[in-house]
Amino acid sequence: MSPSEPAITPDLIAEYGLSDEEYARIVEILGREPNLLELGIFSVMWSEHCSYKSSRHWLKQLPTEAPWVVCGPGENAGVVDVGGGMVAVFKIESHNHPSFIEPYQGAATGVGGILRDVFTMGARPIALLDSLRFGGPGHPRTRHLVDGVVAGIAGYGNCVGVPTVGGETTFHPAYDGNILVNVMCVGLAEKDQIFYARAAGPGNPVVYVGAKTGRDGIHGATMASAEFSDATEARRPTVQVGDPFTEKLLLEACLELMATDAIVAIQDMGAAGLTSSSFEMAARGGVGIEMDLDRVPTREPGMTPYEMMLSESQERMLLVLHQGAEDVARAVFAKWELDCVTFGRVTDSGAVELRFRGEQVARIPVAPVAGAAPVYQRPHVRSPPPPPLVAEDVNAPLDHRSALVRLLGSPDLAAKRWIFEQYDHMVMADTVARPGGDAAVVRIHGSNRGLAMTTDCTPRYCQAEPRLGGMQAVCEAWRNLCAVGARPLAVTDCLNFGSPENPVVMGQFVGCIEGMAAACRGLDFPVVSGNVSFYNETDGRSILPTPTIGGLGVIDDLDRMVGLAYCDEGLALVLIGETFGWLGSTLYLREVCGREDGGPPPIDLPIERLNGEVVRLAIEEGLVAACHDLSDGGLYVALAEMALASGIGADLTLPESCDSVAGWLFGEDQSRYLLAVALDRLPDLLDRAASAGVLARRVGTTGGVALTLGGGDAISLAELAEIHGGWLPAYMDVSRNEPS
Amino acid sequence: MRAGVITFPGSNCDRDAAVALAAAGAKVVPLWHADTELPKLDLIVLPGGFAHGDYLRCGAIAARAPVMSEVIRRAAAGVAVLGICNGFQVLAEAGLVPGAVISNAGLKFICRPVDLEVVSTDCAFTAGYGQGQTIRLPIAHHDGNYVCGEDDLRRLEDEDRVAFRYVDNPNGSLAAIAGVLGTGRNVLGLMPHPERAADPKLGGTDGAAMFRALVETLG
Repeated sequence: MSPSEPAITPDLIAEYGLSDEEYARIVEILGREPNLLELGIFSVMWSEHCSYKSSRHWLKQLPTEAPWVVCGPGENAGVVDVGGGMVAVFKIESHNHPSFIEPYQGAATGVGGILRDVFTMGARPIALLDSLRFGGPGHPRTRHLVDGVVAGIAGYGNCVGVPTVGGETTFHPAYDGNILVNVMCVGLAEKDQIFYARAAGPGNPVVYVGAKTGRDGIHGATMASAEFSDATEARRPTVQVGDPFTEKLLLEACLELMATDAIVAIQDMGAAGLTSSSFEMAARGGVGIEMDLDRVPTREPGMTPYEMMLSESQERMLLVLHQGAEDVARAVFAKWELDCVTFGRVTDSGAVELRFRGEQVARIPVAPVAGAAPVYQRPHVRSPPPPPLVAEDVNAPLDHRSALVRLLGSPDLAAKRWIFEQYDHMVMADTVARPGGDAAVVRIHGSNRGLAMTTDCTPRYCQAEPRLGGMQAVCEAWRNLCAVGARPLAVTDCLNFGSPENPVVMGQFVGCIEGMAAACRGLDFPVVSGNVSFYNETDGRSILPTPTIGGLGVIDDLDRMVGLAYCDEGLALVLIGETFGWLGSTLYLREVCGREDGGPPPIDLPIERLNGEVVRLAIEEGLVAACHDLSDGGLYVALAEMALASGIGADLTLPESCDSVAGWLFGEDQSRYLLAVALDRLPDLLDRAASAGVLARRVGTTGGVALTLGGGDAISLAELAEIHGGWLPAYMDVSRNEPS
Repeated sequence: MRAGVITFPGSNCDRDAAVALAAAGAKVVPLWHADTELPKLDLIVLPGGFAHGDYLRCGAIAARAPVMSEVIRRAAAGVAVLGICNGFQVLAEAGLVPGAVISNAGLKFICRPVDLEVVSTDCAFTAGYGQGQTIRLPIAHHDGNYVCGEDDLRRLEDEDRVAFRYVDNPNGSLAAIAGVLGTGRNVLGLMPHPERAADPKLGGTDGAAMFRALVETLG
């Protein structure tokens, strides 16, 4: 080690994000004081980002098993059986902190990282989705962040050639200082061709492939484990720089090598790079690894072991090969013009041993670092539920027509075409349901089956009542899948919260997990992968609790898939589910009444499940022409969205008696769907619903060029389309916004 | 009809083109950028993507790939060559079609279906369309803004070598040009993606007519 290496002082230990107790544990594990390299390794491995030390205890509540789950949490991504000998491999991950500091590269490398998590398991990535949460549109930084994040996602995903097919984008001042960039990737593999990151076989070569290691991203994982302050700008150098071209080559090279039998184990070098990949692979296999750092391909001379082990340079993978398979690997990587270097081997020492210039520079036992990281049950307090809000007590400041116009032109509901047209959502020529619907659908290549996918969360519900919010996020994902005719299979979660050291935030986390767990159990919709992102707060102000749910389902016959466009006049509009007129925590309340109070709508899980199954079966039977789930903005907004997608108007019939018309039109009661049904199918559909005990009632008819309420209050679709489509392009039009 | 589809490092629509060609009845032969000898072929396709990461200039490095010497030779001998999107950029860089393709006027990537006017039907690529017909194909590019010199433009127009024009110009292309023919009318540089509109499940089949026409004309 360098003679100028700083001494390990209490200040340095604190700077590395380690507590006194954690440091004492390190000394106990090693039987001596660590050197600086070892301290750095412990620091990243025990960072919140890598160790899940504050969340692990609670995550155990989530159900992770079902007959169709092939691999649950703990690997690089979750794996579910989708039939026909194929599995879907999928995961969602956050890249929040880097994207706030450097939006283009932060978002781009978020895409790169999640792609590698999927193809490292032997799957070809077939789709990307992005759940984006920005600050208030009026915040001076928001426009710049939207522009950079969207361009970064586009720049990376488009080049690699994986379609970005869906996601969501919303705005709230709670994210002014901490935006969320959550990226989900779905891949496909043959069921018997999955690769795991489990090192095995002492003597087997350990091989480095992909891009060279540079000095970028050092301590990125540690950054993701601390809250922001005014000094955040100084952290810009900890953001990595992505190279999607190299990623594309790495993807093709890895899949080509996976078609041979050369690989024992493979893992990408993500957060904490070479450190986490080597420790995690060794830990899963219960073996040791020794590495000769002189052989690491570096971007510049003079890099130290510390820099090599902690660099988060992108587009790199760590492989364990079978002995004698190195020539095969070298030939494949040479074809794709990538480095492929044997620089270590698997051992039976149970330790990671690092050598540099002929000397051992670190020796750390694997099991205590990777497996026995500290686990905290941090104190948590539950916020009291908000007082209930009675719909009749809400004064409607606008007439229903104007309220609809206001909602459709609001930032959260406005069309996101400006965003998704920057993403290549058609490459690979299997995108059968494009962005803008309830769930995107990507065909399983060469078949007539498809995977439906969605990302969902309603953070204002989670803020008001975490348990219900967590439950609703899972239910909405389930509903979006049912709404296209898919059988929901499993979810991946990205849990974005403030500081776990704040008992209120921890209370939100615990509540959301409980709600998610209940919904996942009630719907048979297990969690197979995920990621926790804490410390999303700036100067003590936390984001809204945002447990983003990525849902995946399968459609067995794409000819039966439906979208939200109804394509015909004279169809009956049928509302599935019960309407109470719930206005608490709704978008109507926030955007129209300027209030953010009241608890979120309750959910009855057996009803949720029943309604979803009846809708899905009706779609499978061909009884449904179009379907849309009811969420933000309720029934009237859902109908407007269907009409806009169709280019055909509709008339909505008000019920004969109702306590609050605003509640009926804009309430966000859960477990509801709006269906368009041909008249000759209507009796069959209503019969099926009735015999299943599901509430279904006709609420209107499609036709015309306007939306009407009981024949009156007409709003032309042209006007609606302009309002719905106009907000985001106008907001992002720099020429209109820059001061001249 | 034997169609070769070249994969450059960074090509990402090579599979899509192969699928659409095979569906039209072509026998598809995969080609690699480093190939120096090619089998007998009736059509060579340069697919979309980001060959060599679009570094330096879109298509500039790929235009100098070993396989391109043979592509240029075959094109001169009359073999049909179709460059789609990134492939168009490679053809322009290789001098097989005039002009260049630069960043979109709006400086953003655009992915959406657009309407095109079929301008010239005097080539194998457009033989399946009627002159003046409007077809709909997706575009997906950041650099699709076609430019060329005044003399080149006059020649293109005079020689009926504009194959397609955008009905509503999305990217600032000169004279709304979406596709141009080389001097021998056997090379087409085309910005939109016909292979993404060759399957009713994907929302359109206007592109399939191009592949069918190629199979019939060249078969």
